Amino acid sequence: MSRRAIPSLDGAATTDLPVLKPFDPSGRTAHDPLLISRFLARLDWRHFVVFALVLLLWPMVAYAQSRYSYGDAFEALVRWIPFVVLDGFTFNIIISFFSMAIGTLAGVILGLMQISPLALVRLPAVFVTQLFRNSPWLVLLFIVLLAFPFEIVIGDLILPFPAWMKAVIGLSLPIMANISEVVRGAVQSVPSGQWEAAESLAFSRRQTLFEIILPQCFKRMIPPWMNWYAILTMATPLCSLLGVEEMINLSRQAIEAEDNHPELLVPFYGFTLLLFFAYCYPIARWTISLERRYAVKL
Amino acid sequence: MADWTPDQPIVSVKEVHKSFGELEVLKGVSFDVMKGEVICIIGPSGSGKSTLIRCINALNDIQSGSITVEGQEVHDPKLDKLELRKKVGMVFQQYNLFPHKTALENIMMAPVKVLKEPKEQVAERARSLLAKVRLEGKEDSYPGELSGGQQQRVAIARSLAMRPDVMLFDEVTAALDPETVKEVLVTIKDLAQDGMTCMLVTHEMGFAREVADHIYFTDRGVIVEHGPPATFFDQAQDPRTREFLSQIL
Repeated sequence: MSRRAIPSLDGAATTDLPVLKPFDPSGRTAHDPLLISRFLARLDWRHFVVFALVLLLWPMVAYAQSRYSYGDAFEALVRWIPFVVLDGFTFNIIISFFSMAIGTLAGVILGLMQISPLALVRLPAVFVTQLFRNSPWLVLLFIVLLAFPFEIVIGDLILPFPAWMKAVIGLSLPIMANISEVVRGAVQSVPSGQWEAAESLAFSRRQTLFEIILPQCFKRMIPPWMNWYAILTMATPLCSLLGVEEMINLSRQAIEAEDNHPELLVPFYGFTLLLFFAYCYPIARWTISLERRYAVKL
Repeated sequence: MADWTPDQPIVSVKEVHKSFGELEVLKGVSFDVMKGEVICIIGPSGSGKSTLIRCINALNDIQSGSITVEGQEVHDPKLDKLELRKKVGMVFQQYNLFPHKTALENIMMAPVKVLKEPKEQVAERARSLLAKVRLEGKEDSYPGELSGGQQQRVAIARSLAMRPDVMLFDEVTAALDPETVKEVLVTIKDLAQDGMTCMLVTHEMGFAREVADHIYFTDRGVIVEHGPPATFFDQAQDPRTREFLSQIL
C-alpha cells in the first residue's frame, strides 16, 4: 500500500498556526469523532516493527522449554491460513458490508427524521438514535440473537434466519444510530443563511433539504462514515460469540485441530490482528486525508 | 382582500410588534410602499431594521399588527408562504449563494424547480440577467471563485429570476469592501430605474439620498422620522435623527 504523508498527522502542516483554543474545563468540546481513524492513521512502520518483535520474541522466550516449538506453531498457522482467511476473514468483511449497507440506509432515514420540524417524527427518532448509540454492541447482538426466531415461516414458505444474518442486523443497529447522528450533524453544520436564501426563493422545506442542503453536506459525511465502517469492521469478531463462523471462530477451531497447544494462540490471534490492521489502516489514512481535504472547503 | 389594484400600496405595514423572547424589537411600526417606489430604512444597529424587512417575506413572524403584500395578509396562518415568496425577492448581507452550484445554476434553480418553467427558457433569462448585473462570462464560475461584489450581484440576479414584484435588500453592501460596494449599488440603481419596487436596509447614506423616494429612520423599534431624502437629510427634526446623521455623515 502506498503511504503518502498526511500533513498535520505525519509531521507539521503549513496551516498549523498557534491558536488559542477556547477554555473548556469539562474537555467535552474537544471530543474528536474521528479519534480511532486518527489513531490508526498515525501509526507508521516503526510501530509495526515493535509490534512484530513483541509478537515473535515474547512467545519464543516464554515457551523455550516446551517440546512443541514455536516453529511448529508457525508451520501450523501457514497451513491454516487459506482456511482462516478465505472462509473466516472474508465472512467478517461480508458481515461488515451488509451491516454498513443496512445501517447506512436506516441511519440516513433516522437522521432525516431527527431534523424534522414535526415533534411527532423528531422525538422518536432522537430517542431511537440515542438508545442504540449508547448501548453496548454486544448487548444489542445478544438481544437480536435471542429475540429473533431461527427461521421465518410465511405460509408454506420457511425462510431460514441464520446467526450471521442476526449478527448483521445486530451490528447495523449501532451503525444506524451513529450514521443518524452524522447526518444530523452534517445538516446542522450548513449555515442557516442557506436555508433562508432557499426559503426566500420559495423553495419548500423538502426541496431545500434535498436540492440545496444535502448536496452540500454529502462530502462532509464521507469521512465520519468511513470512520464508522472501520469501527464496524473491527467489531465484527464480536459475532464469534453468536457462533458465527467468522475468523475468530475458525482460528479457534484450527487451534483445536492442532491439539490446543498454547504456543498456537499468539501466532493465530496475532495474525488475525495483523489482517484486521492491514484492512483498516488504509481506510483510516484515507479517512483522515479526506477529512483534511474537505475541512476547509465549504 | 385579493382585489388589490396597483394604485393601492404594494406593501403596507400597520402597527407591527415583534419580540424575540423578552426583547421587543419592533414597537408599532407602520408605513406604506407604493408600486415602483424605492424606500430606504436607516438607523443605528439593533434598531430593528433587518427584523422589519425579514417580516415582509415571513422569514420572521410577528406578534401583532398587519403586513400586506399586494393586499394579502402576510401573517395569515392560511396564507401559502411559498406564493408570497414568489412575489417578494430578497438579497442578504452574506449573499448566501449555493456554493455547490455555478452562478448560472444558482440563478436557474428556483425558476426551474419552484416555478417549473422549461429549462431552456430559464437559461436564456438567466444569461440576460447575468448580463444585466454585468457578469457576462461568469456563468460557469462557482461562488467560491467570485469576489464578494460579484457574488452579491449573482444573488440579486438569482432573486430577479423569480420575477418578483418587490425586492428586499438587507444590508447588501455591509460585508463588501469599499471598492466593490459601488458595483452592487449601480446594479440596484439600474433596478430602481427600471421601476422595481425596492426596500433597502442600508448604511450607504449617499446612495439612499440619490436613489430613495422615501427614507425611514428607525431607532429602538419605532420609526422616529421619515421623509423624502432632500428634507430628511437637510432638515431633520428629531434630535435622535440629527445625532445619528451627524455621526454617520
